[in-house]
Amino acid sequence: MATLELVIDEDVASGPVTRTRRLGPLFWAAVGWTIFILAAAASAGLLPLPSPTDMDMLERRAAPSVLHWLGTDGLGRDELARLIFGARVSLTVGLCGPVIGLTIGGALGMLSGYFRGRFESLVVGSMDVLLAFPPLILALAVTAYLGQSLLNLTCILGVLGIPAFMRVARAATLTLARREFVIAAQALGATHARILLRELLPNVLLPLLAFFLLGVAVTIVAEGALSFLGLGVPPPISSWGSMIGEGRESLEIAPRLAFMPAIAMFLTVLSFNLIGDTLRALTDPRQGAL
Amino acid sequence: MSEPVLLSLEDVAVDLPTPRGNLRAVDRVDLTIGAGRTLGIVGESGCGKTMLSRSILQLLPKKAKLSGRVIFDGQDLARLDPERLRKLRGKSLAVVFQDPMTSLNPVLTIGTQLIETLQEHLELDGQAARIRSAELLAAVGIPAAEQRLAQYPHQLSGGMRQRVAIAIALSCEPKLLIADEPTTALDVTIQAQILDLLAREQRRRHMAMILITHDLGVVAGRTDEVAVMYAGRVVERAPTPRLFKNMHMPYTEALLAAIPKIDAAPHTPLPAISGRPPDPTRPIPGCSFSPRCHYASSLCHREKPLLGTAESPDHQFACFHPISLAAGIEA
Repeated sequence: MATLELVIDEDVASGPVTRTRRLGPLFWAAVGWTIFILAAAASAGLLPLPSPTDMDMLERRAAPSVLHWLGTDGLGRDELARLIFGARVSLTVGLCGPVIGLTIGGALGMLSGYFRGRFESLVVGSMDVLLAFPPLILALAVTAYLGQSLLNLTCILGVLGIPAFMRVARAATLTLARREFVIAAQALGATHARILLRELLPNVLLPLLAFFLLGVAVTIVAEGALSFLGLGVPPPISSWGSMIGEGRESLEIAPRLAFMPAIAMFLTVLSFNLIGDTLRALTDPRQGAL
Repeated sequence: MSEPVLLSLEDVAVDLPTPRGNLRAVDRVDLTIGAGRTLGIVGESGCGKTMLSRSILQLLPKKAKLSGRVIFDGQDLARLDPERLRKLRGKSLAVVFQDPMTSLNPVLTIGTQLIETLQEHLELDGQAARIRSAELLAAVGIPAAEQRLAQYPHQLSGGMRQRVAIAIALSCEPKLLIADEPTTALDVTIQAQILDLLAREQRRRHMAMILITHDLGVVAGRTDEVAVMYAGRVVERAPTPRLFKNMHMPYTEALLAAIPKIDAAPHTPLPAISGRPPDPTRPIPGCSFSPRCHYASSLCHREKPLLGTAESPDHQFACFHPISLAAGIEA
């Protein structure tokens, strides 16, 4: 028994194993595009761009030139400036909306999955009500009462995302809460708060974050659809959706006015999806663990 | 037993409501364990070993009903308020689970899991907790402990993970360690190492240990006392040497016979216990082992034998026809 330590012939630690998985050019292209669009949107005010709201009636639907790199729209406003300022709106709504869903939905999902009982029935029931409510009617009602603004738009899309996040968090919590490590933590005298925050949250966060990036993509599209219908941010502020809506009027004369914001949206959504998928595959320790 | 009693179970029963009716997982168990002693609980799957250990920790499933008293260090755990109970767990009572694959959190490094437990219970600062964690890992036989702290459970082998689980359980110097089939999920060469480690740490820290297993071979030589469980009841209980020398309960004998012998000729059929354990939702009137017992008489099918003693007060058994007992003592 004294020789116990000598019997161990298992591999001696060589520091944490570093991951050397290839990420692939597609992932880096997606990261590059996302960084580019985020940087452009963040520094839109600093860039030497023409004003996105100044109209030039003599230069309506002008072709790309040195002055207007991507030409002008139906009211003679610089298309590039509108695209970049529009990215601000689309990305703000696209990122902030899912954050609302992630925090509220994630918290409700974890609490209901962990404590079960009457609280769970209440949460699941109210989420079903929210899901059954037609989203477009909600958007119409809120904008009619509270007015069209960036904040209202973000809140609507955020609230609509709560049930989905709640379900993802609850499903993950339900399976995890029965695992032995949770009982082990209880046996070590951990409080409910500790188990939720330290034992369960890091496990639930991975599927939630992967879903968050998907949510960003979906929200950008949803914001586009709402703006296309005229329920988005009020003019003259541009967003990709409203630009597509405005471009529709001159689709035969200048199709690029509708296609350019559509392409920007397509690439951004695709990038978020690609990054989300890759990160989920990379950070999922359970692949190797079980 | 000169040691003061650390834990005593008095008339403990656990009832689980199931769709098929009430399931009595633990049926009126009385057990005591002295400080620094080792008690082995042996029985086949589903006989209530795990539920018994969970009832000591008060970690039964929410729907389960516990009756009886669980006196630990003078306090009845079944009636202790949740906050006091929480403080007691980890610090005085610790547990090592069967499967180290699932008893460690997969997304936290083992360092995080150890250090946070230490900070929580012993109120150490970060640096002190880190040093203590490395010491603990070294104590349970993990080489290069300092580097191991930064690793995740999936980077360790099963045996290493169980050592980590033991280190976490030992971290706050518990008075009682419950090892719930600690080696069942490990391969045989690692089993002996883990059991020796548990025995060594137990002696060194003078802590009491309950070793739960389905393997009589595991408790032999490593425990002071053995309780054999069948269908939720303790059917035989004796100091380990006495039990192996002179067992009285046919079930214990059958369990021992079911261990493969290394000197048996090849292709010797293993004398497995015929039949299956009784359905715990449908209790039978007589001895619960009687349908599978070679010695069963009509009395066994009609009446439940109670735990009694024969030639020595510390050897209890529940049988009408005890084996290897000199004639004339038969009650």
